[in-house]
Amino acid sequence: MPAHFFKSKQTLKEWVLQISLLIGLGLVFVWLGHQTWMNLKSRGIQSGFDFLFDPAGFDIGETTWIDFDSAESYWVAFAVGLLNTIKVSSLGIAFASLLGLALGLAASSKIWVLKAICRTYIELIRNVPLLIQLLSWYVLWVEYLPPASDPLILLQSLFISQEGLSFSGWVWMIPINGTFMDGHLWWNTPVVTPDGVQSALNASPEFLSILMALSVYTSAFIAEIVRAGIASVPKGQVLAAQSIGLKSAQVNRWIVLPQATRLILPPLTNQYLNLIKNSSLAVAVGFPDLVSIGNTALNQTGRAVECITILMLVYLVLSIVVSFLMNHLGHGFAFKK
Amino acid sequence: MIQKITFGLLCMVLSLHCFAGKTLESIRQKDQISCGVNTGLAGFGAADSQGKWTGLDVDICRAIAAAVLGSAEKVRFVPLSAPQRFTALQSGEIDILSRNTTFSMTRDAAMGLHQTAVTFYDGQGFMVPARLGIKSAKQLKNATVCVQSGTTTEKNLTDFSRANKLDVKPIVFEKLEAANAAYFSGRCKAYTTDASGLASIRSREAKNPKEHVILPDLISKEPLGPMVRRGDDEWFAITKWVIYGLLEAEEYQITSANIEALKSTSTDPAVMRLIGKSDDMGKLLGLDKEWLAKSIAQVGNYQEIFERNVGEKTPLALKRGLNALWSNGGLQYGMPIR
Repeated sequence: MPAHFFKSKQTLKEWVLQISLLIGLGLVFVWLGHQTWMNLKSRGIQSGFDFLFDPAGFDIGETTWIDFDSAESYWVAFAVGLLNTIKVSSLGIAFASLLGLALGLAASSKIWVLKAICRTYIELIRNVPLLIQLLSWYVLWVEYLPPASDPLILLQSLFISQEGLSFSGWVWMIPINGTFMDGHLWWNTPVVTPDGVQSALNASPEFLSILMALSVYTSAFIAEIVRAGIASVPKGQVLAAQSIGLKSAQVNRWIVLPQATRLILPPLTNQYLNLIKNSSLAVAVGFPDLVSIGNTALNQTGRAVECITILMLVYLVLSIVVSFLMNHLGHGFAFKK
Repeated sequence: MIQKITFGLLCMVLSLHCFAGKTLESIRQKDQISCGVNTGLAGFGAADSQGKWTGLDVDICRAIAAAVLGSAEKVRFVPLSAPQRFTALQSGEIDILSRNTTFSMTRDAAMGLHQTAVTFYDGQGFMVPARLGIKSAKQLKNATVCVQSGTTTEKNLTDFSRANKLDVKPIVFEKLEAANAAYFSGRCKAYTTDASGLASIRSREAKNPKEHVILPDLISKEPLGPMVRRGDDEWFAITKWVIYGLLEAEEYQITSANIEALKSTSTDPAVMRLIGKSDDMGKLLGLDKEWLAKSIAQVGNYQEIFERNVGEKTPLALKRGLNALWSNGGLQYGMPIR
């Protein structure tokens, strides 16, 4: 609670007003909850969150970090969906930021061709609906890439096919008789077989489509934010920096970007929040994110109010956490008084 | 889909009267039945290029409209995806859900819905590209399988996979269209849904239907039929009895072609009852005497509906099989109208 809250001299009238507003709001929510409960009851729709501890009974095609078995309960299924959402969102935020920063810098450059290319990219990407871009990426992966028995191989370590991407890398596991068991670091190399690519490190086309769609789409907005942030730094400062002999990269690194960041961060936070929420489109291409799992749970159990409530709360918490982190980061860049 | 579900939930939360009291009254007031159908499943519910809806599920709604409102055209079709359908019915957006929906205990007992009568007996099957040479669903070890979300299919697939230790990997799509696209592009090794659905998808979506085979294994029982909301027994009875009436009409060989003639010539008491020439059966349901006669004249009996939409002369080329009348060795058994 801010310190001035106590210091401010509020009159009794103001106190009464504010408290009654709070009570009024509370009553509205209680009334809504009660109405919902009564309506569900009168329509013979069973309700409650008890179903979360029942066995889910459905499989999830793709999991992150934890394995899922259909005998596990619904809440584990929700957790798996959440982890998938977190995976695609965090990677999406990382790629969108890098791409957006590069594009923003390029769009601010003096080289005309570079600038024109970036402008075209930005305008093209941000004006086409995300869902259409997502479906296009997906069609591109599954329709136009070679089958897994004959993949496109880049640098002997990236295997690209209709069934996704397999790549070389270290894995903290060793296979023993087909079961995986903790072991030492082990170098994974994909192997092409007639049945497809065998590899411990894979990314499915569903995951790649949603990741690429989110990264590319959001990068266009971030690029604009970066460009605006850079443009806000007075030209005199750049000239001054150049006059003391800094190179162009140094000017960016030490003079322009630190100042631009202060302006960039708040709208950037919005973009990150948008990206997280947009990741719910994953269901369109069959990636089992939180919404996809929620949909399935909703349909297996018929608990629509409960499932939608869980979805809303989880996205709310995710968004609050991200904006908290970003605000915290923002304090580091603020002008120190 | 979220918008539709949210709308439904808002109705429940705010207790807005998204539907007003008795369904039959509100239908008469609107002079129209709102019927939830598939977004596009050839043979069951699909709109053609002129926007005209056809299909077995669609015809059931038309038959009910004819019985209740006198005209088979007085139906508003609401295309629904699998996850949307129950909320749409619960919230009152539609009066009846006729969308190749499987009857199951959870749906009947816990979701505020009533299952009416089975219009199509089906079972879940698999479709695979013919070139893979797969002969049985049990050969689908570690296979990726395309499936639509919000269906009983997802759970059946998991059960089958566990029971046979297949470890199949489902890829779940919200929209039927997306699931179709993923399968036909080769992303999934197999596609699973009700066998009739597979036939429909193969006939309509495959570049060359001969390149895909539907495996003989049926892994579940899928009795499909319309559902209505709970709490309105009158409307529940009407939907049920129109369907039984269409089955009875087939049994007594009353068709859209001969019904006019039968009205003046028939002396069979059962036939006369069905076409409203003797006892007034319609008034028991709050309908007029010729309720069923109008359905049969405008839409046809069960056999006509079946043959027109999914029968052997259609691209789906389904045999009557389980859907033959009980007297012909099938399961379709119209409860007696008397």
